[in-house]
Amino acid sequence: MRVPLSWLREYVDLPATETGRDVQEKLVSAGLEVETVEQLGADLKGPLVVGQVLTIEELEGFKKPIRFCTVDVGTANGTGEPQEIVCGARNFAVGDKVVVVLPGAVLPGNFAIAARKTYGRTSHGMICSGDELGMGDDGSHGIIVLPPETEVGKDAIELLELVDEVLDIAVTANRGDCLSIRGVARETAIAYGLPLRDPALLDVPGPNAFGYPVQVSDPAGCDRFTARTVTGLDPEARSPIWLRRRLQKVGMRPISLAVDVTNYVMMELGQPLHAYDRNLVQGTIGVRLAEEGEKLVTLDGVTRTLHAEDLVITDERGPIGLAGVMGGANTEIADHADVENASTEVVIEAAHFDAVAIARTARRHKMSSEASRRFERGVDPQAAAAAAQRTVDLLVLLAGGTAEAGVTEVVAASAPHTIALPAGHPDKVAGVDYGRETVVRRLQEIGCDVYGQDELLVTVPSWRPDLTEPNDLAEEVIRLEGYENLPSTLPKLPSGRGLTHRQRLHRRVGRALAGAGYVEAPNYPFIGEQVFDQLGLDAADPARRVVKLTNPLNDEEPALRTSLLPGLLGALRRNDGRGSHDLALFETGLVFHPREERRIAVSPPVDRRPSEEEIATLDAALPEQPRHAAVVLAGAREQAGWWGKGRPADWADAVEAARTVAREAGAELIVRGGKYGPWHPGRCAELAVVTADGTERIVGHAGELHPRVVKAFGLPARTSAAELNLDALEEVGDDTPQAPSISTFPVATQDVALVVDKSVPHADVEAALRDGAGELLEAIRLFDVYENDEQLGAGHKSLAYALRFRAGDRTLTVDEASAARDAAVALAAERTGAALRS
Amino acid sequence: MSAPNKSYDPVEVEALKPEEIERMRDEALAAFAAADSLDALQEAKVAHTGGTSPLALANREIGALPPHAKAAAGKLVGQARGAVNKALATRQTELEAERDARVLVEEAVDVTLPHDRVPAGARHPLTTLSERIEDVFVAMGYEVAEGPQAEAEWFNFDALNIGPDHPARGEADTFFVQGPDGGTESGVVLRTHTSPVQIRSLLERELPVYVICPGRVYRTDELDATHTPVFHQVELLAVDEGLTMADLKGTLDHMVQSLFGEGMKTRLRPNFFPFTEPSAEMDMVCYVCRGESVGNPDRPCRTCSSEGWIELGGCGMVNPKVLTACGVDPEKYSGFAFGFGIERMLMFRHNVEDMRDMVEGDVRFTRPFGMEI
Repeated sequence: MRVPLSWLREYVDLPATETGRDVQEKLVSAGLEVETVEQLGADLKGPLVVGQVLTIEELEGFKKPIRFCTVDVGTANGTGEPQEIVCGARNFAVGDKVVVVLPGAVLPGNFAIAARKTYGRTSHGMICSGDELGMGDDGSHGIIVLPPETEVGKDAIELLELVDEVLDIAVTANRGDCLSIRGVARETAIAYGLPLRDPALLDVPGPNAFGYPVQVSDPAGCDRFTARTVTGLDPEARSPIWLRRRLQKVGMRPISLAVDVTNYVMMELGQPLHAYDRNLVQGTIGVRLAEEGEKLVTLDGVTRTLHAEDLVITDERGPIGLAGVMGGANTEIADHADVENASTEVVIEAAHFDAVAIARTARRHKMSSEASRRFERGVDPQAAAAAAQRTVDLLVLLAGGTAEAGVTEVVAASAPHTIALPAGHPDKVAGVDYGRETVVRRLQEIGCDVYGQDELLVTVPSWRPDLTEPNDLAEEVIRLEGYENLPSTLPKLPSGRGLTHRQRLHRRVGRALAGAGYVEAPNYPFIGEQVFDQLGLDAADPARRVVKLTNPLNDEEPALRTSLLPGLLGALRRNDGRGSHDLALFETGLVFHPREERRIAVSPPVDRRPSEEEIATLDAALPEQPRHAAVVLAGAREQAGWWGKGRPADWADAVEAARTVAREAGAELIVRGGKYGPWHPGRCAELAVVTADGTERIVGHAGELHPRVVKAFGLPARTSAAELNLDALEEVGDDTPQAPSISTFPVATQDVALVVDKSVPHADVEAALRDGAGELLEAIRLFDVYENDEQLGAGHKSLAYALRFRAGDRTLTVDEASAARDAAVALAAERTGAALRS
Repeated sequence: MSAPNKSYDPVEVEALKPEEIERMRDEALAAFAAADSLDALQEAKVAHTGGTSPLALANREIGALPPHAKAAAGKLVGQARGAVNKALATRQTELEAERDARVLVEEAVDVTLPHDRVPAGARHPLTTLSERIEDVFVAMGYEVAEGPQAEAEWFNFDALNIGPDHPARGEADTFFVQGPDGGTESGVVLRTHTSPVQIRSLLERELPVYVICPGRVYRTDELDATHTPVFHQVELLAVDEGLTMADLKGTLDHMVQSLFGEGMKTRLRPNFFPFTEPSAEMDMVCYVCRGESVGNPDRPCRTCSSEGWIELGGCGMVNPKVLTACGVDPEKYSGFAFGFGIERMLMFRHNVEDMRDMVEGDVRFTRPFGMEI
């Protein structure tokens, strides 16, 4: 809501020295968010005067038509001689009154005016357009032509009210009343402790039977409808300068007198109005719900197909307006330029519509108008009659109309809203001792009627439909007493239990991966489904089942991720493209899987706690959203340097990252060869855990990416990746590791080299060695893998292990250690065909 | 060591003649003096004090002496060995000092050489700043609460007093999830704030409830220098008996002091949110200029644009309707809540100039933030 300070001052006697910024500060403190204070004409300097065009000489030979004019500016130029001015505009004639800026003046934008040679003549100033004066759009697209009665030589800065301050207020959804000068003036008056001259306090004739017939058949949707008629409007009447200027300052474009007046009154009082050309309305005006499928062409020229819940204004023919949102084209007031058909008789509607009904209609038809914005946020129903009266008065005054005696008022009876408020409630909410007297005074200031002692009965004013609960009233008291005066205290909390296991795990995983050299790169979860083809997923892969958005930002990415890889690979590629080639990135975040059975989450009521069943039903309608952890790597994992060569990142780093994550989770990770879409089929580890019920669960994959995936995503060669379901790890994880008993007896070490078939995984050999070695085995470590067809025979490899034996109660003899080693080798031989390398 | 010899062998006692012992001692002393390195000294040590050295053998012979000769011989050999050991220790010290002065210097390296074999990783500052804030509240006794990001509209809107027709619902720039069979109706949205976690906390936890709810939220804004469709919030909820707006103010003050230093304070300005009543906008005093740039054109402040205050977010007393929807008796309990964006705080706390830097995952941006901020 844009509020010119000059307009505000009409209703509140602010001290003359008070600036827009001063008012801003007061209003912000009272709760109106004044975002900016625009200084109109701040850098404008005269002389800027009214002139009358005396002669026009058309100059020939230029690319565009140019006029050399003489203009009478009275004595404003000091000589009284006609002012010679070159002008490129054409929308004026000899005898017209125009705005002339004289040499020495400065126009907005620091545009200094001086006599200058142009088009072969000397121009002593300019004839001005609205744009040049910073007035905003007036629809004329040319220089300003003033009404003929304007006095020559008069100061145009004052005439056009060019210097002003405009407060721009972001009005919150509850304060419909502040979408009017009246409402802002009331807040200003309260903030300054000054009286308000309420522009809605007008003498209004009572309703009678002679008014334009109105039939309201949906009193719930429309509880008030005032209709007034004005006849004999002068079709040539124009909106006066002051009215046009005010509309421009609040951000509206002047259109025609009748429309301008209704807009003006809406801005002034907050009551949306509509003017119908009486000669185009046929019969009784009605208010009813639309019939499903009914059509209406609205003022913007769009044909609307109506919904059975839309409230419409009708005449005998059918809908003539979408109530509270926009009028219909069929009863539109004719444009003032079309004098022949200009409306000379209008019916004025000042009605009050249900906020919810208007909100729904506006949303349904995706149209938000000045009227609908106000009705949605609450309009003072008691202001309708005054607004109609104000409109009538202005039309009579400005268009020479005659107010018809008939006054129609259809009113559905309603009691004013009353709230029971314990007098101490605001104190309790604020934690401040205001006392009853202050509470009552503050509530009266905002227009409430207050009765009672300890238990107050508060009747809220008609313009504050947002005040419905005791806390609403408490807020009014507290804000007027000043939020800045609230003390600062701390509640006494019960002891907390710290972070949960899941939360600590999340942090630990991040720290462990960052500690291992990975950089966290959180990504948007939006994906396109073609990414699954790029990842090489099977047609039946469950990861292809996605949750989709109805209104994605980008139509190419309408779905939510089921894997962290697309986002991470994108980040990898972006970094690579920006010249960072040695990359190790990680992300932890939610992925989204639709439920097998998709349901709509139907909202339970809010006047009570939902039942456990209702909550469970809501949750069952949500996608599953497990937290994943993933890494991607490319380039060098270890840099080359003065110490020697570097080492490229490879599959093993990805698997190790997965082990790191599992270790942090306290989960025992089973790593084995696997095959899965995005990964190189020979370099993919399938990662699994054993769940509480003893079954295995695959929790992710790690390894080098498939060359096709590398190509599809445009990644560096040999890019590697791992992804794990962190929640699944957390479920099986043990975060209370048990301390081992530390033996201080000497260790006995034994190395063995075993020859196995190349296809035998190390993990199997190690497991056999462990099982076979028995409890004397303290540790085992693979220290070499060797392949040599000549020495080992084709298709074989040698695995060399260091075994450390130790007992808790004695020093092991060489024989004991050897026996344990032999048992280990024997079991490895039995299970994996391993043979001791000779 | 061999056991004392009971059968005396008069021939062998030749070795224990005083001249012999002195010769052995002198040879040892000479050998030590001649040793010019620690290695050479080690050799001399083995030769002259080891188990097979002449003095050691002599010492062993003492046992074979007749009892009357034992004392004198023992004294003789003992003195010689003492002198030898002393000389050894002295020479050892001398040679070590020499090594320290020479050899270790020769082993000097260029310690300025880098050793960034595996460059350091880092956590994203949005993560670590969020944790930092969590920790402030965890220390006060709050617990961290989490919830789904694809959330039922009831949790995201209805329970927060944002009914289907509330203007705020239309202004929330919501991402809607497709319904079953691709329909538009699902009742599920990407949460537009972390407030639904507050609702879940009230439903799931015993009263009183003191929780902090960090997390990702979504709004349909295009990514540009100051907007991102995916961003992060931290919200706080306290519901207990007798909580007041003064408690809210104190909690906010404590937070900004913990995050920005002593003497920091907040300011509340009235505002409107459906889920709080009374509601307020919260600002903190600019932690850089502390308000001193206001009206002081000579000392402009980039961080607060010389406003003196930095806008943080929204807050207020929990609307009793919200408590009712969660089955909490508003006659008995009251609460306060606040929420703000992590991106914004990261921008002004760490001079991030462009929102895109926080979402593109460029390692050059993230690395300097390390593990904690």
